[in-house]
Amino acid sequence: MSHATHGLGGLKYDPAKRTRPQELNVFVALVLIVVTFEVIGRLFLGDSFLFNTRANVDAVFNTARLSIIILQVSIVGIIALGVTQVIISGGIDLSSGSVVGATAMVTMSFAQTALVNGNPNPKAIFGDWAMDLPVLVPLLVGLVCGVIAGVINGTLVAYTRIPPFIATLGMMVTARGFSRWWSNGNPISFPTESYAAIGKGMMPVAIFVALAILFHCVMTYTRYGKHCYAVGSNEQAARMSGINVNHHKVLVFALAGMLAALAAVVLSSKNLTAQAGMGVMYELDAIAMAVIGGVSLQGGRGSILGTVLGALIFGVIISGFTFLRLDAYYQEMVKGVIIVGAVVLDQWRQRSRSRG
Amino acid sequence: MSDIILETRGLTKHYGGVHALDDANFILRRGEHVAIVGDNGAGKSTFVRQITAVEKHTSGEIHFDGSNVEFKDPLEAREAGIETVFQTLALADDLDVPSNLFLGRELFRLRLGPFSILDRKAMRERTMEALKTTAVKIPNVDNPIRNMSGGQRQCVAIARTAAFASKLVIMDEPTAALGVQETAQVENIIRGLKERGVPLILISHNLRQVFDLVDRIVVFRRGRIVASLNKDETDGNDIVSYITGVKSGGDEPAFA
Repeated sequence: MSHATHGLGGLKYDPAKRTRPQELNVFVALVLIVVTFEVIGRLFLGDSFLFNTRANVDAVFNTARLSIIILQVSIVGIIALGVTQVIISGGIDLSSGSVVGATAMVTMSFAQTALVNGNPNPKAIFGDWAMDLPVLVPLLVGLVCGVIAGVINGTLVAYTRIPPFIATLGMMVTARGFSRWWSNGNPISFPTESYAAIGKGMMPVAIFVALAILFHCVMTYTRYGKHCYAVGSNEQAARMSGINVNHHKVLVFALAGMLAALAAVVLSSKNLTAQAGMGVMYELDAIAMAVIGGVSLQGGRGSILGTVLGALIFGVIISGFTFLRLDAYYQEMVKGVIIVGAVVLDQWRQRSRSRG
Repeated sequence: MSDIILETRGLTKHYGGVHALDDANFILRRGEHVAIVGDNGAGKSTFVRQITAVEKHTSGEIHFDGSNVEFKDPLEAREAGIETVFQTLALADDLDVPSNLFLGRELFRLRLGPFSILDRKAMRERTMEALKTTAVKIPNVDNPIRNMSGGQRQCVAIARTAAFASKLVIMDEPTAALGVQETAQVENIIRGLKERGVPLILISHNLRQVFDLVDRIVVFRRGRIVASLNKDETDGNDIVSYITGVKSGGDEPAFA
C-alpha cells in the first residue's frame, strides 16, 4: 500500500509518526525479562535460564523449561482470552475462577467411567446412566454451564446497570458456593479415557493457541470485535450510533463464561479430577495477563495478541522465580506488584498521549 | 409529495415544573437550511432532542416526511433519515476514522450475525471519498482518533453525518470548539449539503455564520419560538433584539 493512501488533505503520511503498536512494547518487555533471568542465572547460579546446559541432552534450548512455561499459563490463558474481550468492552469479570470450579464439578460428573480397575467408580455422582458417556456430552454440558453463568453476568450488567465489578463479584461467590454444594465438597474423579485425552500432555497449549488465533480473528475482522472496542471506548457514542450495547454486553460475558468453562474442561481433564476449590484466584491471574499485555482497564484498548504476550510474561516470571530458587511466597508478592505496575504504566501512557 | 420535510405542532417538554420547550410550531421545507438561535437555556437543544428522540416530549406532534412519527429512540430517528451531530461528540476515541464513520452500520463481506466479517477495504474507500469533500487534513486515517485535534474529530463527526445524510441533518453547535480554519471546513461541508438539497437545522451562536449559511433564522427565547425570519428580511441587530427580548414575538403574526 502506498503511503499516499493513508493521509488526507495533502498531508504526507509519515511512517515514523505511525502509532506504535502496543504489542511491540509488551514483546520488548518479554524479551528484557527473559534476558534479565538469563543474566542473573549465569552470574549467580552458573546456570542458563533459556539454553540447555546439560551435556546428556541434545538440544539448544532448555525445552523442558520452555514447555513448562507455556503449559502452566495456557489454562489461565484460555480464561484470559475471554477476560480480554470483557475488559476491552469496558467491563471486568471477577467470576471466571469460580466458574471454572463450578463447571469442572458439573462436567466431571458426566465424564466419569463406570469401572475403576474392575471396581465400581468410588467417586460416582450419578447412577449408571451417566457413566461412560461420549466425550461430547460432558464437553457440551460444561460449555452450557459457562454460557449460563456468563449470560447471568451479562444480563445483570446490561439491564440492572449495576457495575460489572459487583455483578461478577456476586457470581464469583455464588458459583464457588455452587461447586461446594454440587458434591458436598467431595472431589469427583476417574474420567473416561477420551475425556482425559483433552488435557493430556501439551494439549492445553494447542487448545490455547487455537483459541487465541480464533479470537484474534474475531476481534480484528468481525462486527462483534469492532463493537467491543466501540462500547469500551465510548458507550454513549456506541449507543447513539445504533449499536445494541445491551445485547453486546450479554454476548461478551457469555463468551467469557464459555471460555472459562473450556478452561475448566481442560483443567479437570489434565488433573483427572474436579474439586470445589479449583480455579481459585484464576480470575485475578487472567486479569493480570490481560493488563500486562496492554489491555486498558478503562476499556477500548488492547488485543488478544497482547494478552498472549502478557500470559507469556506471566509464565516467564513465575518459572524464572522457580529457576532462581525463590520461595513461592515471593512469587505471589511480586505478582501483585506486577499487576499494579502494569496499570500504572497504562495510566502514564495515556497521560503522555493526551499531552502529545 | 409534500413540500414540507419536518413539522412540529405544539411540541412541549417539561422537566418537572420547568417548561424547557413550550408549544413549538416549526416547519422545515425540503432543501431548506434553517438556523436556530437563542440565548443559553432558550430551548434550542431541548427542541432538537425531542425531534431526534433523545428525550421523550411531554406533548405535541412531530411530522416527518409526510407522516406523524413517534420515534422510540435516536436509532429509529436515524433509520428514518435524520442524521444528527451532537454537541458532545458521538465518536469512539480508540477506533480509527473508517470505524467511526461506519459505527453501527458497518459494511460486511459475509453476514454471520454478530460475527459478520467486516468489509474493511470498502469502508476505508468510502471514508476517503466522504472526507475528501470536507477538505479536512488527516495524516493517517488508520490511527485512532484519540490523537487528532478537535477540528479533525469534529470533521469526522460531520463527515459521518454528511456521508449518510438522506433526509435531514441536524447540527448542534458544530463549530463551538473549533479554530478559524476548522470552522471554515465545517462551513464548507454545510454548503455542500445545501448544493445536494439536503435540509439542515443548524444550532449556532455565531450570527456571522448563520447569515452566511442559512435561508431562514428561527429565534428561541425562554422555551418558545419568538421569531422566524428570512435571512434577506432581517439583520444582526434585529435577531439580537429577539434573542434578548427587546423585541418579542407577540406583536408579530403567528408563524414558524
